[in-house]
Order: sequence, then C-alpha cells, then structure tokens
Amino acid sequence: MIEVNNLVKRYGDHTAVDHLSFKIEKGKIYGFLGPNGAGKSTTMNIITGYIASTEGTVSIDGHDILEEPEKAKKCIGYLPEQPPLYFDMTVLEYMRFAADLKKIPKDKKNEMIEEVMDTVKITDMKNRLIKNLSKGYRQRVGLAQAILGYPEVIILDEPTVGLDPKQIIEIRDLIKNLKQKHTVILSSHILSEVSAVCDYVLIISHGKLVASDTPENLSKLAAGSNNLSLVVKGDKEKIRILLGEISGVRDISIEGSGEEGEWNVKLTTEEHTDIREDVFFKMAENRYPILEMQSKKVSLEEIFLELTEDGAGQKKEKDAEQESDDKEGGES
Amino acid sequence: MTAIYKRELRSYLTSMIGYIFIFFILLLTGIYFSAYQLGAAYPKFEYTLSALTFVFLISVPILTMRILAEERKQKTDQLLLTSPVSVEKIVMGKYLALVTIFAIPMAIICFYPLLMTKFGTVSLGMAYTAILGFFLLGCANLAIGVFISSLTESQVIAAVLTFILLFAFYMMNGISSFFSEGALSTCITFGLLILAAAIIIYTMIKNLLISAVVCVAGEAVLAVLYIVNSEFFAGGIQKVLQVFNISGHFDNFANGIFDIKGVVYFLSVVAVCVFLTIQSIVKRRWN
Repeated sequence: MIEVNNLVKRYGDHTAVDHLSFKIEKGKIYGFLGPNGAGKSTTMNIITGYIASTEGTVSIDGHDILEEPEKAKKCIGYLPEQPPLYFDMTVLEYMRFAADLKKIPKDKKNEMIEEVMDTVKITDMKNRLIKNLSKGYRQRVGLAQAILGYPEVIILDEPTVGLDPKQIIEIRDLIKNLKQKHTVILSSHILSEVSAVCDYVLIISHGKLVASDTPENLSKLAAGSNNLSLVVKGDKEKIRILLGEISGVRDISIEGSGEEGEWNVKLTTEEHTDIREDVFFKMAENRYPILEMQSKKVSLEEIFLELTEDGAGQKKEKDAEQESDDKEGGES
Repeated sequence: MTAIYKRELRSYLTSMIGYIFIFFILLLTGIYFSAYQLGAAYPKFEYTLSALTFVFLISVPILTMRILAEERKQKTDQLLLTSPVSVEKIVMGKYLALVTIFAIPMAIICFYPLLMTKFGTVSLGMAYTAILGFFLLGCANLAIGVFISSLTESQVIAAVLTFILLFAFYMMNGISSFFSEGALSTCITFGLLILAAAIIIYTMIKNLLISAVVCVAGEAVLAVLYIVNSEFFAGGIQKVLQVFNISGHFDNFANGIFDIKGVVYFLSVVAVCVFLTIQSIVKRRWN
C-alpha cells in the first residue's frame, strides 16, 4: 500500500529523518511511536506530500508522491498535528470545501458529507463557525476532513492530543472502526494509546526506525530479559560469589538496604531463563535467608524508553564521527 | 481550482476586507470624478483614472496581505498542499478570486462615462480603453501582492513589503533620475551589481570557484562591451529601471490609446509574479 524507501530529511545540519524504510499493508492500524522531535510529523508530512524529502522515495498504491502527486494524494486523507481549519467558515461550508478539493463527484457529495459528519458526531455543529468550536470539536472536524472521500489510507498526526479522556476514548473507538475500510497510520508519543489501538507499532527515535512489530511481540521481546530483585541477609562478598555461580546470571549489583547485614541484590538474567529456584536453593544451602524475592517483567514502556535512549546513544556517537569527518574534510 | 476560487471569494465577501477594498476604490474614484467631471465639467474620464493610479499603493496590500501568508500561519496550507490539487491551480484560484473582487468596483466605474454622455460629448472608446488599462494595471499590482504574501507568514510584513515595493515602482521615474546617464558610470554600476550577484551566489551555494567564475566572466563581458561600444551603456540604468515602472505603462491608456505593448507588459507582470509565487511555494517544500 505505502512503501517508504530510504527516506532522509535534512534541515541544514540537522537530520530529522535518517534513512527510514518501511512498508504499510492494507487494512491495519499502524502506530508511529516516538518521543517529541523524533521525526514522526516530518515523516508524515513527507508521505502526504506536504514537504519533500532530501533523499529517498515514497510510493502510495504504486504512485510516487513526487512524480504523480495528484494520484498519490487522492489515496490519502491527512489530519496534521494542528487541524487545518478555516476559522471563518462553518463546519458544513468547510466540509463542502474539503469535498471539492478532493474532487468528490457532485451527486455523492452531500450524502457523503452527512455520513462522515455522523460518524465523527459533528452533525449538531454543522452550522457553527469553526472559530467558535472547542478544541475537541475542531479535532473532530479535522478528522472528518481526513475521512471524507473514504481514501484508502488515513494518516493522523497525534489525533488525541488536547482532548479530554472521554473524547480520547471516542476518537480511539472511531479509529478502530476505520480499520474495516481503511488503512490507518497514526502517530503518538503516548505508549498506551498506540498499544490500545494499533495492530503494528513502528518505534522511531532520532529519525531512525528502532523497532517495528506488533505490540504483543514487542512485549514478548521485553519479557525475555528478566530482572530479579532480592533482599538477602548475609555476607556481601560471599553472596556475590555464590550468585555468580548460578548459570544464566548476567549481571549482579549489590547495595546496602539500610538494615545491618541485609543487602538489596539486583540480578539481570539471560532471556527466557528462570533462575528463581536456583537462587533459593543456593542461598538456602549457605543459610543466607532470602527476605524478599521479586521477578520484574519489562513493560512496553521500558522497551520504548530503552530503544529510544539507545537511539540517542547511537546518534551521539554518529554525530561525533561526523564531526571528526567534517574536520578531516575541511583540512584536506 | 474552482473550490479554492469560491472559498477565497466567499472569504473576502464575508469579512470586512473585501468591502473595504471595494469601498476605498469607489470612494476615491467618486471624489476625483466629482471634482474633475461634475465640478470642472471635464469630458475626459481617462484623466480621472490617471490621477487615481496611487489607490493601488494602499488598497492592494490590504487585499493581498492575507492571501497566502495566513494559510501558512494557520497551517491550512497543509490541507491544500496535501489534497489532489496542484500548486499552480491553488495559486491561480486565489489570484482569480482577487481579480474578481477587483472587477466589482471596476464594473461600477464602467457606468461613469455613460453617466457623462447625458451632459455632453464623451469619447466612450477612449474612456473604456483607459478603464481597461486601469484594470490591467490593478491586476499587475495584485499579482505582485500575491507574490509578496507567499514569501512570509506574517500578514503585517506582507502588507508593508507590498506597499514599499509598489511605492518604489510608483516612484520609479524619480528614482531613475537619481542615477547618472553617462556610459562609464552606468558600466561601473553594472559591474558592482555583478559583484553583488556573485557574493549572493557564494552565500547560497558556498562554492568559491563558481561564484568567482561568474564574477570574472560578467565583469569581462562588461569591459569588452564598454571598449567596443561605450555608447551602448548610455542611459542603461534608466532603461532597466523603466521595466519596473508599472504605472508608467498606463500612460498611453490614460491618453486614450489602446497600447498593445502595455497590455503585453501587464500580462507579463502577472505571469511572472504568478510563476514566482508557485516557485516560492514549491521551493519551501524542499527546505
């Protein structure tokens, strides 16, 4: 449906999107996840043809966005971060204008506008000036504009920002319903939103794709690596040696817990290994009582943080490399 | 294109701005008409129009300042540029809406010469030639306003810049008389301009070699031309500046002459400005 190939966008020295490639398939909801400034909006703006990429291509349903812009844009409905509304128009006027822009045939136009306004529940507001609408309703009018004409792909940039919780749930349900007829791409920096709505998650950090999978698989990936935290009574160094003997232990950190002779131990284990029993018997053999033992599974939230921070680390290294390259280039 | 045209038209006619523009043009035309035609009983309507060319300095910036600048500020250009409508059609739709607004007072002005025929002999041919010329002059000024509006996202800056530019063009006769008509001084001025152009090229592409080549080649051509035929340069600055003397091209119309050259000139200004507007919008996408 959408193919993004090696997309690069540079603003002067700053690289907003860095060699991004992915494919979007029909009939699914895709989530772009990333911290603020990760390049989500830029990528969406490039896919929709609002800005041009420095390098790379985007093709929508086989039409290149730069070579056949009108055909490609016809397949897309776009709700940018700030809904593109004309404040001097009423909702109905605006919808008619959007329908004309999208070249919807005259005989279907009114019917389709009614239908879409019904879907996003703005029919009651149709004769109000957009400037008098609340933020939530403005967002819905923007959404209605994106759905209008039933394009094959609907791209929503942070569709729930600034809405109250009830509205957020309504909009999410709406997006889920869109799946039946459309492919949806939405961006968000809120993890729970993406995992609640999307079938597939693309995590972007510093303009790079750091992970792409279903939310379930991402959770599994995270569950593989476990953390075990213990409170053990005994000799610090001895505990360290004993725990080190257990196979599957990757990392041990021991800190004082505040109580005399009690130690907070943090164990990182290899993926898919359960060492809780081994730990228990090892400590029991040496008569070091375990006061507490807790197994921590990594949440999607933590993967997100981990992945995006890794991205930052790589980025810094790369910048340093680039700088040294630049210097060399300058000297030669 | 029709969607954008209709929206712009409605937007101007549901807000104050369109009416202020129409009111302003009609008010000043009315004042001059009553002074020259009704008061002094002067039969030439062309004369009134030629005294009125300054109305565009104030009315055009008011009308054109928001046309593209506001879209950018409100980010509504995202809707236009991501919809299946080409940039050419967006700009043309908007420009034609402006021309339509301007055609409203012009249509009313068309009745004035008819009114005068009630009281004496009036050369309607000359009067309507002048009205046509005046209309084309307005269209050219509007096109400049549209281009300036595409450069910035602030309406105030767009209005001020448009005013300054139109004012400079309006005063072009005076400005060109500041420069000497001598061949040597003209040649030196052009030489400095080439140097400035080379510096601008350097700041844009950061390539010393290319800008140096441009500079040296340009200066060499100038020097050769000057040595071969120094008279070629006499009055050169004035000739170049005359291209920007937009209201000056109305003079023939104001004398009741249907000036084909003038028509071509005004239409060229419109075409160039519309082209530049399209380019400035397209270019911004690549930044």
